[in-house]
Amino acid sequence: MGETEGKKDEADYKRLQTFPLVRHSDMPEEMRVETMELCVTACEKFSNNNESAAKMIKETMDRKFGSSWHVVIGEGFGFEITHEVKNLLYLYFGGALAVCVWKCS
Amino acid sequence: MPPKQPLRRQSVSVGRGTRKRDEDSGTEVAEGADEWAQSKATVRPPDQLELTDAELKEEFTRILTANNPHAPQNIVRYSFKAAEKVAEELMTPKQPKERKLTNKFNFSERASQTFNNPLRDRECQMEPPPRTNFSATANQWEIYDAYVEELEKQEKTKEKEKAKTPVAKKMGKMAMRKMTSMESQSDDITKVTQAAKIVERMVNQNTYDDVAQDFKYYEDAADEYRDQEGTLLPLWKFQNDKAKRLAVTALCWNPKYNDLFAVGHGSYDFMKQSRGMLLLYSMKNPSFPEYIFSSESGIMCLDMHMDHPYLVVVGHYDGNVAIYNLKKPHSQPSFRSSAKSGKHTDPVWQVKWQKDDMDNNLNFFSVSSDGRIVSWTLVKSELVHTDVIKLKVEGSTTESLEGLQLYTVGCGTAFDFHKEIDYMFLVGTEEGKIYKCSKSYSSQFLDTYDAHNMAVDAVSWNPYHTKVFMSCSSDWTVKIWDHTIKTPMFIYDLNSAVGDVAWAPYSSTVFAAVTTNGKTHVFDLSINKYEAICNQPVVAKKKNKITHVQFNPIHPIIIVGDDRGHVTCLKLSPNLRKMPKEKKGQEVQKGPAVEIAKLDKLLNLVREVKTKI
Repeated sequence: MGETEGKKDEADYKRLQTFPLVRHSDMPEEMRVETMELCVTACEKFSNNNESAAKMIKETMDRKFGSSWHVVIGEGFGFEITHEVKNLLYLYFGGALAVCVWKCS
Repeated sequence: MPPKQPLRRQSVSVGRGTRKRDEDSGTEVAEGADEWAQSKATVRPPDQLELTDAELKEEFTRILTANNPHAPQNIVRYSFKAAEKVAEELMTPKQPKERKLTNKFNFSERASQTFNNPLRDRECQMEPPPRTNFSATANQWEIYDAYVEELEKQEKTKEKEKAKTPVAKKMGKMAMRKMTSMESQSDDITKVTQAAKIVERMVNQNTYDDVAQDFKYYEDAADEYRDQEGTLLPLWKFQNDKAKRLAVTALCWNPKYNDLFAVGHGSYDFMKQSRGMLLLYSMKNPSFPEYIFSSESGIMCLDMHMDHPYLVVVGHYDGNVAIYNLKKPHSQPSFRSSAKSGKHTDPVWQVKWQKDDMDNNLNFFSVSSDGRIVSWTLVKSELVHTDVIKLKVEGSTTESLEGLQLYTVGCGTAFDFHKEIDYMFLVGTEEGKIYKCSKSYSSQFLDTYDAHNMAVDAVSWNPYHTKVFMSCSSDWTVKIWDHTIKTPMFIYDLNSAVGDVAWAPYSSTVFAAVTTNGKTHVFDLSINKYEAICNQPVVAKKKNKITHVQFNPIHPIIIVGDDRGHVTCLKLSPNLRKMPKEKKGQEVQKGPAVEIAKLDKLLNLVREVKTKI
């Protein structure tokens, strides 16, 4: 019983891995959705290179929403940032990645 | 060989001639042929050029043109335009003129410089977009925990979905989305109306704090020394921009809310008729009315229902009556009369609510210059009218040709219903007569009083004494009557046309009258039978005519309206509202009985005088 439950959990968990889980956001709805999709695209594209993924996200955000954006992608970090109000998105992705996107010029 | 030549010539010609003759005759041929053969040599003209062969062979080209080579190249003609002889230019291709060499050493340069505006630096610093800090940690276990939590949530929501009907959930979601989007778009004012109202009132009360204090607590101490005279202390002044040019035509306190009163705006000027406004003010907020209604025609009178304090009936200058419902504060009246439903043909001067009739329908009366007193009933959201009485001028009925009775119609300007005897009421007319009428008799009056010389502006029954009523008129007088006696009890001449009179609700002997010279007079018959105990100019400019006055049923204040659209609230000083002095040890009875007795005493005095005469 325990084993099957464990397997079930793992399966669900694996299902969720590709689901981006927004931890904190104060963006307007539209902006948030767009940014989330962009992060997912970037992380899937550069799944083994965080720097390129971050670069892609940052450049796209700069073009779309104005300068200047900062992006951090990683598996283990802590941060304290100052961001412009209504321009922060912090989400988990892929079961092990955390992406933090904020604007501060 | 000159001599031979002529011979030769002759011989040639002869030869030729002979040839001819030869042709004709043909006999002398041999001789002529010889001479002819000899004369074949070329003959030179004397002026021929001697050229060599080579020269002769030379070719000379000749071009023929249309120009006349003999015509002169430089014709001079007299030109009348230039008044001189001008050489005509012929159409010959000219060679381009040679350019004049500018003398580099002999020209001057001119330059100028306009003023350049001085440069000025302008800087501006925008407020930077707001920033906040944010901090978090991204660890593997945190991420794992978060995902597990999310899983659990999702499972819970799935269970809930299965329990509820999916359609309802969708609707709920849609509604939620709509709500959120609406809320973000709509004005925030609607959410905070209640709070804003309270804040507005607080601000006003703070601003007019001293006035509010006066209203509640100030009692003019000087009244003790002022030997029975009183004063009116001005409190608030109510005015509204929209009603600035319109005169105050009606005032009414709300029977339920003692701080709420209605002001009707219109115009008394026959020539300048414009729109009307109905404003309801609260004393708690003197700067802006609580309710605003506007109408096309000037409002001439209004009344508030006793039992339904949210219903206001209004009479217009164009003869219409309308009922406004304060619970529905949009600008249109709830019910309105029209030409079809029997509106008056002249301005409606007064309206009064009556008790609900037998079917519990709302009922009110109106009087107008067209001589009709009409009872209106609100039947199923429609106004139905009944002519109660027509004000016929007595003695004016004449018989016309077909036997119809024609009569001139008097114009009603004011009326008042008896407080206790429900069917009896008084009507004042423009001719100065007051008729006592009954609701049940439509053709005859119970009584007629020759009250005034000019139009009666207001009639009012005494709130305590059932027999006494008061009337005022533009003929400068206020008269107090006993309805059983044809002549007035008291007559007061106020030196100026009297716009309105009102009995005080707290005493049977106190009343106020307002005149067109801006003064308010307060009389107390128990103190001074002949003169006003207070006589005070109330409005600032002398040209301001006061049009109406009303006592507040509870508080010792009166409101006074003028023809500029301002309403002033005044407090009565203690002298004006004197209760009979308590004698030591004696209980002072308060109540209507006392008031009636008070007035009776006074009247008896007057009556005695009259009977003596």
